[in-house]
Amino acid sequence: MPDSQDTLSSPRPASAGASALGTAAAANSPAVEFRDIDIAYGKFVAVRDFSLSIAKGSFVTLLGPSGCGKTTILRSIAGLVDISGGQIMIDGRRVDDVPIYKRNIGLVFQSYALFPHKNVFDNVAFGLKYRDVPKPEIVRRVGKALDMVRLPGTEKKLPSQLSGGQQQRIALARAIVFEPQVLLLDEPLSALDANMREEMRVEIKKIQKETGITAIFVTHDQEEALSMSDRIVVMNAGAVEQIGTPQEVYETPATAFVADFLGKANMLPGTVTRSGQGTAVTLAAGQTVNVVPPKPLAQGGKVTVVVRPQKLSVGTAAGANRLSGRVVSASYLGGSAIYEIDIGGGTLIRANTPISGRVFGEGEAIEVGFDPDGCVLLDEGGQRIS
Amino acid sequence: MVMERRWTLYDPRLAWMLVAPVLVLLIFFLVLPIAVMAAYTFFTFVTAGVETSALTTANWHEFFTDSYYSGFLLKTLRVGAITALLCGVLGYFPAYFIWATTFRHKWLLLLLLIVPFWISFTIRTFSWINILGEQGVINVALIKFGIINEPLPMLYNEGAVILGMLHFLLPYMILNVYVSLEGIDRTLISAARSMGCTSAQAFREVTLPLSLPGLAAGLLLCFVLAAGSYVTPQLLGSGRDALFGNLIYDTIMGELNWPMGATLSIVLFVVLGFFAAVYTRYMGMSQIVKGLGG
Repeated sequence: MPDSQDTLSSPRPASAGASALGTAAAANSPAVEFRDIDIAYGKFVAVRDFSLSIAKGSFVTLLGPSGCGKTTILRSIAGLVDISGGQIMIDGRRVDDVPIYKRNIGLVFQSYALFPHKNVFDNVAFGLKYRDVPKPEIVRRVGKALDMVRLPGTEKKLPSQLSGGQQQRIALARAIVFEPQVLLLDEPLSALDANMREEMRVEIKKIQKETGITAIFVTHDQEEALSMSDRIVVMNAGAVEQIGTPQEVYETPATAFVADFLGKANMLPGTVTRSGQGTAVTLAAGQTVNVVPPKPLAQGGKVTVVVRPQKLSVGTAAGANRLSGRVVSASYLGGSAIYEIDIGGGTLIRANTPISGRVFGEGEAIEVGFDPDGCVLLDEGGQRIS
Repeated sequence: MVMERRWTLYDPRLAWMLVAPVLVLLIFFLVLPIAVMAAYTFFTFVTAGVETSALTTANWHEFFTDSYYSGFLLKTLRVGAITALLCGVLGYFPAYFIWATTFRHKWLLLLLLIVPFWISFTIRTFSWINILGEQGVINVALIKFGIINEPLPMLYNEGAVILGMLHFLLPYMILNVYVSLEGIDRTLISAARSMGCTSAQAFREVTLPLSLPGLAAGLLLCFVLAAGSYVTPQLLGSGRDALFGNLIYDTIMGELNWPMGATLSIVLFVVLGFFAAVYTRYMGMSQIVKGLGG
């Protein structure tokens, strides 16, 4: 990912917005809590032992490749999927046997799911109508919701008369207008084109902050996850790999999967050749690097050194751990450049680095380096050493 | 056009060439016969089997003044409407079931709908005589069990005619409704449910309105086919239960009055065409084409 560096530049503290909704009755209980839930379709276990507690007013993203169970979990909160074990609590109240229409939840779908035979007003008013809100109040709140998504005056239009981005805004208005306890967003941006996606990303985050609503967002796009979330839950094959702030999961991935899925980190297998002060790892590629392990490592142990492409620098700027290699490919991106560098033994390193001086060309010999504390160490099982 | 233009893929001339065979067929086997028939309505009837080309409006005059004809027409429309409505009510449920079922082999259920078409329509109609007749299964069984003494008169009345037409038309209705249900995005139902609808309310708010075009297409199809039917009332109805189609048959084959027969045919054609036109105006023709498997 060439510009994943940008998304890191505005990390959000984990508690952002958590204080925005302090007035609710059950102020102490988390907005949503999963306790050891299992979800199985026949013999296929889609989710196992999933536990998560989501603070009120926070924006939590379930991130993972398709089929990792993230959408299944989202649907289980809404009641569209039955869980086979565990408990789901919303505001401290158990909801697993509450029928879907009695759970107070706002849902935004990837496909918008606007009612094609109803105009914008009737679409947005839908949830209010089933909550016995009086007519003048409905009109007022629909108007307010449409203002919020910056589409005022579209009441009489049919969904088919709106663009994809506008339809998704209406879907968002429809989901928040009845002030649900939780807003669920199921890949709401993937059906939009790239420009629109960026705009909606900002918009959704802004509306979430303004309303102070608890939001659970499902995506497979790491950039969306990093830029929007207070916390990210990285999932793989029905299980949680890591839960943390965007910065935590990006900079200190807990497992090899997280390191690879978020930002395609360089994974350099090696052996500990010196332990204690000034621990050194000799890479499979043949070169030796210094690392700062969080705990003492046994000599001869197998480890994987994980380095983000952005933590690598080249040429004279190269950090303390210098590896010499040869440029296999170079992509010029204006402010920065991405190099693929062969450091011997067929091991390729990706470096995404600001350009200082000149851009190296293919085939050139190059020094690439990183600081000893700029990397994460994984053990043989792919877990972070901590 | 002096300069010879190059042919392109979407050349209008190419389009005309491609539709030409169909156009020729339609003109010679549909438009021309109807035109000839329309001309016949102004011919003079002399005596059975004899007419002259002396132009007259006598046939139309007779049609518009003799309440015998308008009575027949109204009755035919009434029977057609009843049949279509019954088809709608009885056909929606199986269509909904096939759509909603989680049964893995849906195609099998759809195949079952088409199986009746493998047997000749006439034979299927005749088979009702073995079920409803005086010596039919129902009467024989009821008499045997001592429930009745006299056979029930179930055949040769309007009920039998409508039953026979239902039998023949239901698959058209079910397929039409099924196709429009299948076109509904199921996340719409999830959305409605998540906003507070029970499943019955979600059906009323989403599923039913979005399947109405299919229902309307089925109604039109069943109505037109029922009102234009000839075989079913002939086999399952008495003389009193004859429909407009039988009247035309009698006028042409019995009285050998071709000009009047032509007049009646044109009337039925225009009336049913009117209903189809109204439908197309509001619903579009594409729904029926979809329902027929196009």
